[in-house]
Amino acid sequence: MSQWQKFVTQLTQATQEIVASIAQFLPRLMVMLLLVLVGWLIAYVLKSILRSILHLARFDKLSEHAGASQLLRKAALPSSSELLSRFIFWVAWISFILIGASVLGIGGLQQHISQFFGFLPRLFAALFIFFFGLLAASFFSRAALLAAVNADLPSPRLVSFTIRTMIIIFAVSMGFEELGLGERTMLVAFALVFGSLMLGLALAFGIGGQELAKRFLERRFVHERKEQKEDELSPL
Amino acid sequence: MAEGSILTDDFLRELMNVGEVDILIGVPTFNDAKTVGQVVQAIRAGLLKYFPRHRSVIINADGGSKDGTQDLVRAASISDLQHVSNVSALRTLHCISTQYPGGPASGTALQTILAAGELLRAYASAVVSPDSTSIEPEWMERLLRPLVRDNFDLVTPVYGRQKSEGLLVRSLIYPMSRALYAKRVREPYPTEFAFSGRLGSNFLGQDIWGQEVGHIGAEMYLVISAIAGGFRLAQSFVGAKSRVMDHSSGDLVFAIRQTVGVLFWSLEQYFPVWSAQMESQPIPTIGAEHEISLEPVPVIPKRLHEMFVRGVAEIEPVLKSILSAQTLGELQRAAALPEGSFQYSDELWVRTAYEFAASYHKAVISRDHIIQAMAPLYRGKAYAFLEQNRDATPAEMENNVEALCQRFERSKPYLLELWNGKK
Repeated sequence: MSQWQKFVTQLTQATQEIVASIAQFLPRLMVMLLLVLVGWLIAYVLKSILRSILHLARFDKLSEHAGASQLLRKAALPSSSELLSRFIFWVAWISFILIGASVLGIGGLQQHISQFFGFLPRLFAALFIFFFGLLAASFFSRAALLAAVNADLPSPRLVSFTIRTMIIIFAVSMGFEELGLGERTMLVAFALVFGSLMLGLALAFGIGGQELAKRFLERRFVHERKEQKEDELSPL
Repeated sequence: MAEGSILTDDFLRELMNVGEVDILIGVPTFNDAKTVGQVVQAIRAGLLKYFPRHRSVIINADGGSKDGTQDLVRAASISDLQHVSNVSALRTLHCISTQYPGGPASGTALQTILAAGELLRAYASAVVSPDSTSIEPEWMERLLRPLVRDNFDLVTPVYGRQKSEGLLVRSLIYPMSRALYAKRVREPYPTEFAFSGRLGSNFLGQDIWGQEVGHIGAEMYLVISAIAGGFRLAQSFVGAKSRVMDHSSGDLVFAIRQTVGVLFWSLEQYFPVWSAQMESQPIPTIGAEHEISLEPVPVIPKRLHEMFVRGVAEIEPVLKSILSAQTLGELQRAAALPEGSFQYSDELWVRTAYEFAASYHKAVISRDHIIQAMAPLYRGKAYAFLEQNRDATPAEMENNVEALCQRFERSKPYLLELWNGKK
């Protein structure tokens, strides 16, 4: 066999292999594209259903109470229900894209895809913790503010802000721990912030606010009854 | 304890020994040793003097007193009477003291009294506060006679008060409940009142006892239910009201919760009733319609004004979610005025109250937080009210209260607009 014939044979063989590969790959690609398209449709339907459910459940109101809406407005983001609906849309669509990609049979991709699906529950748990952390922070800080104002305690807003900050830091650190991101860093950061806050308050109240502390304690335990009567004047 | 009943087995046994009665007097107590003996004596004297032919029982529903209140009630029920002489019962006057479960709660005490009244088929019942130190035997006659003689279903009291007393009732509870439910009941949150067996059974059957209103403020809800249910109402002047100031009576937020909280809550239950009525009607009144003592107003506490100013500034973020921008702006301008020229106009106060009621309905934030946020604003109105009436005669003061009531009535459409979301 001449060199030329050998070359033509190998070329033909290579071309046949490529054609065979393409013939083998094309249906998978079509399946993937179909999955992506169906996924987009399902994700869109999911988004619409979720948006309606959240609207009926007055989720935006809950979010307003939690203070999450204010945060979103400041960041020029859409409303909470819209954001959550979009999030679900993307999660659902990306999931379908990844399932489609796994059909292609590309080596190594399978492992990454299963890791992604394994990560999803943790991501949801972290978001859940963060949202309810915000809700709790808003509720308890407002409760503290009102109680402090009605009890005529000094610096009600500082008390309220401290409680809010503490709960948010706590929720964020729990969220990050759930995600497995910088667990140690978050733990150390939380301990540092909490510790320094308590130390700062102790120093401020003990050294800087000796007189204030004295007045507060005197009013609380010595003159409380007298002032209470003067203030309320038998409302009923 | 009997299944589905609040009455304990021992209490049931005691009630069954009593048999059917005509009149039942309930005395809810919790650590009232200082005053309860005097109150029970006055009740006994009143029953023996004015209702000697009626089968009567005094029921003490106690919330778990640790100061011997129950022993004092039992002792007072058999001791010699100080108030009257030469009276003897034609029937046995029973007195039972029981401890209801769940700790002190005025609503649970009322439920116990209602259940006992229903079991004993009492024709007329009354509830008397254990800390009403000014009680006289005549109070029994004034509260119960309209029920026994004229077949009324609910008799609420009218008290003689000093200028500085009952400010929450005068400046908010009475005017607002009158405007909303269209009945001029002077004491919508009575501590002494009488009711028919019909009304008692109706109220006992309501599904409120597992809810907050069934624990605090049930007395007010009873009055509102009676109005809404079309029961026959009357009010009777009993005399001067004098109470011992204890810890709970000085707690303004608690007082607002059990009155304003219940009033706001009732608006949801009775929307068809209150939204359909516009002009208030008087109810039959026995005796004086009001009596304000001429005693001078004590020094008006500056602290009321200070706490209003501070409250408006500190809870601004909370008020923003409850009040309209216009109302909040006017409140902030009022708070910025020096003490000498401070004013909280009736118009602004009515708008504040109605916006709070609408926000409560819409639950813009936690409902309990809405109620708590009202306390600093009430302090401002109380201060302005005392300043306005510092030198007023009783008639002038009554005119001022009437003007506030009419303002509440005229502005009722504003609440309806807020309620229906048109504003």
